[in-house]
Amino acid sequence: MPKIQLENLVKRYGDFEVLHGINLEMEENEFTVFVGPSGCGKSTTLRMIAGLESVSGGEIYIDGKPVSNLEPKARDLAMVFQDYALYPHMNVAQNMSFALRLQKAPKSEIDSKVKDVAKMLGLTEFLHRKPGELSGGQRQRVAMGRALTRDSGTFLFDEPLSNLDAKLRGQMRAELALMRQQVQKNMIYVTHDQIEAMTLADRIVVMHGGYIQQQGTPEELYKRPVNKFVAGFLGSPPMNFLDAELTDEGGKLFVVGSGFKIALPEERAHTLPANAKGPVTMGIRPADLTFAPKAADDQSFDLQVVVSEYIGAQSVLICDCAGQKVEVELKSDTPIALGEKLRFEANTDAIHLFDRETEAAL
Amino acid sequence: MSAVARANRLTPYMFLAPAAVVLVFALLYPIGYMVYASFLDWSPSQRIGQADFIGLRNYANLLTDAAFLESFWVTIKFAAVVVTLEMVIGVGLALLLDRNIRGMSLLRTIFILPMMIAPIVVGLMWRYMYHPTVGIFNRTIKNLGFETGIPWLSDSTWSFIAVVIADVWQWTPFIFILALAAMQSLPRSALEAAEIDGATEWQKVIMIKIPLMMPVLIVTLLLRLIDAFKVLEVIMVLTNGGPGLSTEIVALRIFRTAQEFQELGEAAAMSNLLLLMLMALTIGMFMYTKIQEARTARMLKAAQQEDE
Repeated sequence: MPKIQLENLVKRYGDFEVLHGINLEMEENEFTVFVGPSGCGKSTTLRMIAGLESVSGGEIYIDGKPVSNLEPKARDLAMVFQDYALYPHMNVAQNMSFALRLQKAPKSEIDSKVKDVAKMLGLTEFLHRKPGELSGGQRQRVAMGRALTRDSGTFLFDEPLSNLDAKLRGQMRAELALMRQQVQKNMIYVTHDQIEAMTLADRIVVMHGGYIQQQGTPEELYKRPVNKFVAGFLGSPPMNFLDAELTDEGGKLFVVGSGFKIALPEERAHTLPANAKGPVTMGIRPADLTFAPKAADDQSFDLQVVVSEYIGAQSVLICDCAGQKVEVELKSDTPIALGEKLRFEANTDAIHLFDRETEAAL
Repeated sequence: MSAVARANRLTPYMFLAPAAVVLVFALLYPIGYMVYASFLDWSPSQRIGQADFIGLRNYANLLTDAAFLESFWVTIKFAAVVVTLEMVIGVGLALLLDRNIRGMSLLRTIFILPMMIAPIVVGLMWRYMYHPTVGIFNRTIKNLGFETGIPWLSDSTWSFIAVVIADVWQWTPFIFILALAAMQSLPRSALEAAEIDGATEWQKVIMIKIPLMMPVLIVTLLLRLIDAFKVLEVIMVLTNGGPGLSTEIVALRIFRTAQEFQELGEAAAMSNLLLLMLMALTIGMFMYTKIQEARTARMLKAAQQEDE
């Protein structure tokens, strides 16, 4: 419910700075996902919001109130941990009611809350079991239940699904999305899994090396990444990057690299900065390439198919384009022969260009 | 089965054999000897074969021997008091020192020093400190302006307190070290979860830390209890059981029965009773561990069955 702001948030361990001035505003009832590779500072940021890590610089505001010197319990938040962090010596009901019992809430209220949450999460028959007697998925649910029973304004999730196997993870992800619709709370969710980020988030915050790279809706980030890192991090299979040269031939822009020469749509000439010409990195997503033997020369790549990875309805082709690797995602029933050189048409509207040096989007 | 396979199967037993031989000679033989001796009326001047067999009379005598019963009571009182104090102080210290302080490892080493000193030396050391006139305690008390010092080793109540203090000084570090190790292996995230749930430091100790440390604490307690029942040297040096019988624990009573009263049979019977008691404690400890293991196994099985 509350609005959370991070202002120039810095974290240092000794002389080593791991977070370099994070600025972020999370709106009320928003599902924010921090995503990034290991060591990018996403968990540290979450733990600082929770009050489990001290703040080295900057400030955290909850509803406009600075909280960085407050104890965790004074911040009105609930947290789900990566390893669930259940209390092994308490049964499910005791685990879920721990916070309420500490608050000395009336017993009848505790009982009814625990019962409601257990029903919602399908835990009713396990209320008297200890965590050690539960499966991974059930433990996960108890961890969620413990957070839900508390009724706090903000929920923090620290990689809550990463200890589950793939099938269970998909199932819990769907349940989380469902819960998200039922429970109107602030949720801040940390994950390194971009699929979780894309499917759950209202707002994704991509972090790397202690900086926020980009934030926005999943669609914004997918369609308009601000740099090569964000472009490569979101989307699966990841975006292809090719070394190329941006050239201007009589007002028409071409991306030229070894083995290809692609004409850019006309309106790109107006949006690209004037100094963009020269060496660039071209990015194109595997799904933006289609098998088209008769496509025009300046709209297509000629690729040597090296490996075909069958994943069901779709297949991913790993191809060679004059020494550079290109992946293509297409329907599995497309007639493709390995080892042959085939023509793939590029969706030229979906071509991304990045500065070779700064890696920023052009 | 081929000869090679049979030899392979026997290999572990061959490695165990030397230890087994030592065990038989050094442990089982003396114990058997003692059990046999406890049925004899045997004085040191006789060879064991010359002693009269008197059946259970030694045991029967023990049950009516007021001095033995007194020392039995003293032992139980002593064990209960020292183990309680050591557990409370040891766990308390561990709770206080479970944090990253500079020089913590040095502090820990200093802490466990008392444990490493030979009991006789500990006894001598404390006897000097308890000395009525030149001991540091009474000198300090006099320097503070009090007229009379404390009769540390000459009063029956104070002498009991004195031996308790010495034992607590020596053995609290043992509990401290084990409790600290247990505490440092507690799951960090459960404690963080408790913090988020709103537990104060004290609530975290009572509701999370201590319950989670319980398995280690129970084993520690049993180990200390077994040891406390066998204590001998420190008390022998400090008070030699006196004044009267106020600090005469069973081990000391056994020693005196054999040495001073020359009643080898009766001493053997006492030893046997003590042994039985300690065995009961040890078996209790093993049972506890077994039950714990069985429970963990059952939990794991239950969880795995559902994890499909």
